[in-house]
Order: sequence, then structure tokens, then C-alpha cells
Amino acid sequence: MRFPTAKPASPATRALEVVPPSGPTAWLTTFTAGAMTFLCVFALALSLASGRLATRWSEALAKTATIRLSAPEEQVQIQTDAILATLATTPGIASYRLIDDDETRQLLEPWFGPGLPVEALPIPRLIEVVEADPPYDSEGLRQRLTAEAPGAVLDDHTRWRRPLAEAASRIRLLGVLSIVLIGVTMAAMITLAARAALATNAQEIRVLRLVGAKDSYIARAFVRRFTLRTLGGAAIGAALGLLGVAALPAADAAGGFLTGLGFIGWGWLWPLALPPLAAILAFLATRRAAFQKLRELT
Amino acid sequence: MISFENVAYSYGGGELLSDVSLKLAPGSFHFLTGPSGAGKSTFLKLAYAELRPTTGRVTLFDNDVTRLSRDDVARTRRRIGIVHQDCKFLDHMTLAANMALPFTVSDRESDPQDMEDLLGWVGLKHLADALPPQLSGGERQRAALARAVIVDPDVILADEPTGNVDWEMSLRILTLLVELNKMGKTILVATHDLNLIRQAKAQIQARVLRIAKHRVQLAGADL
Repeated sequence: MRFPTAKPASPATRALEVVPPSGPTAWLTTFTAGAMTFLCVFALALSLASGRLATRWSEALAKTATIRLSAPEEQVQIQTDAILATLATTPGIASYRLIDDDETRQLLEPWFGPGLPVEALPIPRLIEVVEADPPYDSEGLRQRLTAEAPGAVLDDHTRWRRPLAEAASRIRLLGVLSIVLIGVTMAAMITLAARAALATNAQEIRVLRLVGAKDSYIARAFVRRFTLRTLGGAAIGAALGLLGVAALPAADAAGGFLTGLGFIGWGWLWPLALPPLAAILAFLATRRAAFQKLRELT
Repeated sequence: MISFENVAYSYGGGELLSDVSLKLAPGSFHFLTGPSGAGKSTFLKLAYAELRPTTGRVTLFDNDVTRLSRDDVARTRRRIGIVHQDCKFLDHMTLAANMALPFTVSDRESDPQDMEDLLGWVGLKHLADALPPQLSGGERQRAALARAVIVDPDVILADEPTGNVDWEMSLRILTLLVELNKMGKTILVATHDLNLIRQAKAQIQARVLRIAKHRVQLAGADL
């Protein structure tokens, strides 16, 4: 004869046994967790990439400015000197450099072809300014330049930078919002599934309450089951998502928006945090659903 | 053990029980009788804190039921063995595992020897590995009784324990209940089977409570 004490089962395993094995719908929880985590990996990649992009653009463009000088030929040298003198006495400038004719030619080559007679053309003089920390006051510099060299225009790239950085951070926000929505949806689905499971097992729960089981004991079985299912599903989803991201074409030198999608360095660890996070979410959602449902039952 | 003080219970429709005052003394044997729908099950449910009184006070082991938390109710039920007419089991677990359930849910181990003795006492040794749906009505009743007493409760509440079984099996179940009473357990059996009550009275001192006109009264010796 076999008695329950004959098999070495820990109390936790036995708590699992008192709830009947779930029906064929059990895999739906795993599937949902997997699909949601898969989507989450991409949302994460998107927000990390756009975050990177926003920072890169902001930093790269913020640190340099260009002064463009267009002046009558006889004025060019005088005003150039005046600009350089002004820059030399302006605080907050790390370095500045007059872009010489060779470099100008290189910059224009893609548009006008090689062998361009730069000297003969009324091409504006360019001076690159690299800001220091703390940076110069660009409005003040602009005013001084207007006074010293009327043909000079300070372009600190703000007009470029702002919309690009704004777009990038907006995309990042959308990514974060997606992650939050995915999390909430997953919690909602797990809650529904747990409530359904509890309702299906109302009869068993009544028996357990009758023989003196506490709510926490009954909840334990359900919580464990749903947490493990979610963890499994999320692990598969995260793995597939990572494969998907890894399979994206590598970012080219231009660092385009789409091709830049992916994880860099420690960023690869983020998706690995998703399955445990999903499991914690499932744990909390199931626990809450279980205690709520149990209060309705007896 | 269990006491009712001016207890009333009403469903949405109206009062089912009113002005119930009684005490179940330790070691006593009570029958609860009355027509179906009179409130026998409701009375029992009040006695194991499944229902709370609409007015009045139900005290279980010196604790006011209305002040018990859900966990307190669970702990209290470990001291009360409950047998239902339609005995409910966990159908996916063996009879032996079902009987050990009161131990399992309180994270305790049941003693295999006790278990075997108990199965022998209710005559179900050969069915330890059977699943509950494979059992007959009488076997289920005896299994339910075994499950109710396995944790050595102070009180046993039985709701129509002989409702689904033939006379011979009724007598067998009654004998088990009488034996438990002789061991000092407080017993309350709800039944409409007057023959069973007569049979019991021949063996022990049993008192009869009758529900009539929403009241629970102690019936006279004239049964």
C-alpha cells in the first residue's frame, strides 16, 4: 500500500499537487509572456538606440560651432583677423581653427568635383570653434562678432540639433511607453488567466478551505505555476527577440536611424533582465488575483 | 466549544433562523433535525464559520466568529472535522492523499501508521490508491469521515452523513460516530432520518435539536 508520506515531497511541491493539473490552455500564458517579451526586446532596442542617437547628436553638434564669413574681397582678411582676435578673448572656447583652402576644397569636392579653383570663387571663410566646459555665451559672441566683423555669422547648429534631438527623444519616449504598455498588458493577461484558473478550480478551493487551508497556501500553488510559466515564456521570447536584433544589419558609418537599432556593450544585458522582471510581474499579478478571488469564494 | 447567542441568519428573502441560543458542550452528541430547507445546513455552516450570523453571536472555541480573520477561520477549521452529504474530494488525488489533506494544507506530515489504522477503521484499506470518483457513495462517506477525524479535531460536524447510503451503511457510519463520541469528541449530526436517531439513542446519550418555525429547540425524549 502506498501512503502520501511514503513519497518524499516537500511542502512546496505538495502545495502544487493540490491544484489539479491545468488544461490545454496552460500554454497560452507561456505564449503570451513569450510574445510580449519578444515585443519588449524590440521596444527596448528602439529606446536605447534613439537615446544613443539623441545623445550622440546633441553632444557632437553641441561641442562645435562654425563661423561663416562672407565679405567683400578686400575685407576678408581684416574681418578674419578681427574674428580670430575676438575668439581669442572670449571665455568658454576650447579651440578655434581657420579652415584653410585645401580643407574647403575637400568639403566642396562632393558637390563641385575635384580641381575647384577655390581662390577664384567667393566662397565664405569658415572658422571651426570648439566649446569648452563651461561653454561660451553664444548670444554674447554673436553680438561681439556683429560689431567686430559684420560679415560673420555664428552657426552653433542649434537649428539642426534641436529638431533632431527632439525627434530622437520623442521616439525614445514612445519606446519607453511601449515597454510600460507591454508590461501592463502582460499583467492584465496573467491576471485574467489566473482568475480563470481559480474559477475553474473553485470546487477544489472549497475543499481546501474546508479542511483548514489558509489563503496563502492555496494561492501558493497558483502563483508558483503562473510565475514559472511566465518565466519560461519570457525566456523564450527574450531569446528570440535577441536573435532578431542580432540579425539586423549592422549600423553603417552614417549611423542611420534604422540600421542603428540594436544593443551595444552592456546594453545587451537589458533584454536578459526581462524574463526575471516578467516573472516578478506574474508573481505579483497572480498573487493579487488569487487573494481577491479567494475572498469571493468562501 | 460552540455556542450560539440570540443568533439570527437571514438570506436576501427573509429570516431563516432566528433567536437561536445554545451551547455544544465538550463530549456531547447532538442530532439536528427538521424538514429540508429548514436551515440545518445553514446552522452547520454557522458552526464552522462558513457563514456569519446576521445578528447575535457565534462563538467557536471562545472566539467570536465575526472577529476571525480568514486565516483564523482556517486555523479554527483544523479543530473541526466536517463531513458533507455530497462529500467533496480532490478528484485528481488518491484517497490516501485526500485523507491526508488536512495535514498537507497545514504543512504537517501525517503518521503512516495512524493513516493505516484510520483506513482500517473505516474499512477502506484496499482503496487507499483509488481516486475518489471510483468510490461508491458509502465509501465516499466513510472516507470523508476519516478525513474529518485525521487531525484529531475536537468537534465533528456531519451534514446528512447517511443521506446517500443504504441502511446498513448508515448504521456503520453511525457506529463510527458513536465510537468517536466515546473517545471524547463533540458531535453534531444533521439528519432527517429519525430511525438513525432512534438507533443512536439506544447506544448513547444523544440530544436532539429540532428546527421549526425558524427556531432551534431541544426536542423532548418522545421521538
